[in-house]
Amino acid sequence: MTGGETRAAPDRTGKTPILEAHGLVKRYGHVTAIDGADFELYPGEILAVIGDNGAGKSSLIKALSGAVIPDEGEIRLDGQRVNFKSPLEARQAGIETVYQDLAVAPAMDIATNLFLGREQRRAGPLGSVLRMVDHKAMRREADRQMKSLQIGIRSMSQAVETLSGGQRQGVAVARAAAWARKLVIMDEPTAALGVRESGQVLELIKRVRDNGLPVILISHNMPHVFELADRIHVARLGKRAAVLNPKTISMSDTVAVMTGAMAPESIPPECLA
Amino acid sequence: MSDPNPRTTGQVATAGGAPPAAASAEAGGAAQVETPFLSGTRIAQLGPLLALVIACVFFTTQSSRFLTATNFSLIVQQVMVVGMLAVGQTLVILTAGIDLSCGTVMAFGSIVMTKMAVDNNVPPALAILLGILACVGFGLVNGTLVSLVKLPPFIVTLGTFNIAYALTHIYSNDETITGLPNAQTALGKSFNLGGTAITYGMLVTLGMFALVWFILTQTAWGRRVYALGDNPEATRLMGIPVRKQLTIVYVAAGLIYGIAALLLISRTSVGDPNAGFTDNLDAITAVVLGGTSLFGGRGTIIGTLIGALIVGVLRDGLVLMGVASIYQTLITGILVILAVSVDQVARRRV
Repeated sequence: MTGGETRAAPDRTGKTPILEAHGLVKRYGHVTAIDGADFELYPGEILAVIGDNGAGKSSLIKALSGAVIPDEGEIRLDGQRVNFKSPLEARQAGIETVYQDLAVAPAMDIATNLFLGREQRRAGPLGSVLRMVDHKAMRREADRQMKSLQIGIRSMSQAVETLSGGQRQGVAVARAAAWARKLVIMDEPTAALGVRESGQVLELIKRVRDNGLPVILISHNMPHVFELADRIHVARLGKRAAVLNPKTISMSDTVAVMTGAMAPESIPPECLA
Repeated sequence: MSDPNPRTTGQVATAGGAPPAAASAEAGGAAQVETPFLSGTRIAQLGPLLALVIACVFFTTQSSRFLTATNFSLIVQQVMVVGMLAVGQTLVILTAGIDLSCGTVMAFGSIVMTKMAVDNNVPPALAILLGILACVGFGLVNGTLVSLVKLPPFIVTLGTFNIAYALTHIYSNDETITGLPNAQTALGKSFNLGGTAITYGMLVTLGMFALVWFILTQTAWGRRVYALGDNPEATRLMGIPVRKQLTIVYVAAGLIYGIAALLLISRTSVGDPNAGFTDNLDAITAVVLGGTSLFGGRGTIIGTLIGALIVGVLRDGLVLMGVASIYQTLITGILVILAVSVDQVARRRV
């Protein structure tokens, strides 16, 4: 056991989940993608969501982020029932998503990317009448945000395409962290990156959590999951098979639960989270 | 905007408490890419201006009549209409589109203006408005087909190019409309500025360049035009109504073609159904020479102004040198290929 570890799985007794779902069902024709899945994300944690292809993992995440509307079941954000009809509604409720394919505009500078769709206007009539954006304020704010996540980029007026792949994803993570009020969903954030660049992004994700935002991490990469996650949600056959504690369970047992080789009932209790 | 309290402020405070030293070294020490002074992007930006200056210097040495205020006033008057079309074309190309219909849409607008006023006794100002609205209508058709039906802009505007051309000839009975009311040619009138004739149309054109420059660089809407051409998927994911924005770009382009139609009739004093037939390629030439990328997302309206001036200066200078006009076309063709090559190389380097 990892005795003196400060970042143990959060003590859940008495804590309310920031995001929870109960009995979610989503059918596509006669294919049932989610079949009564439950879900909980607690404040201050990184929850990894893993599952084989077709396990209902991506449908679950899409339901949580507003990209699909579940047929049955309920989703609660901070205890309040929510019914997202679009990703925009989820975003307005404080849930930001980082996508695997580096969803940034390469020719635009960093500040523009951070504020894309949420541009700040200048004060006074220049902003309200002439609708001028405040380039300086946005650059300043971008600089502050990038510094708070310790992303070492000197100039916010630098085009994103001049950055390395890891730094580009850093811009996407920083954007999500800047605007998320409740939580951040990271959908395979390292899938498009090399080893070294993945390392930078993993550090960044930890810092996002340490700065106070809970994170849902979807990943196929087991070492990444084990490096980052406080708890592991295993999706299987449209349900939640188990929630595992990465500090006590082995990677191979985790894969066994994911593929069905190990029945959830036979998981030792200390390995559950 | 929607959220006046971005999380940043709170986070700085928390992050200040415990900065993991190793982490900062890792992220901060990552390959810091400096923008070299002569980067591909910079060459693409400065190239057009350099080409314009070189052309001007060359023609000054070749002809004593080149570097005069009167000659430059003439150049601007000659490129005014194509320059105005190129403003609309720039907006469309920045979204990674293309508008082949601009010239014949303008011709249709000019015929609506003139025929309404001359043959149907519609008040001249109202006729102008109707002509502009006709161009806006074409913009709306282009924009809707591109953004909602998701047809390629090349095909859509090739279609509307032909439709506008046909409608122009059907509506005008193939006849040139003459005897325009004064109000419709007012922009062709000029005033003297230090001995040089400046037409009001020139001021309108420059005003339009300034307005679109302001919108593209200083407003959120303008920045989103770039983002849309740069990475439409990322722009959509950021909650920007991409289809609506794209439609409005084509509508705005139509509006600008309508104003170009007014400039056209004020300059020629007739409604000519055959006008504008090759202007689409001239406008695209000006945009491309100005360094705007046909792949969308990069380019400037100032570049388009320079591009239009390059075309005008070349034409004028070669005429002054007594070079046959077919060589102007030859040189313009070579320059276009050169400009696109520079853009491609610049893109590959980043």
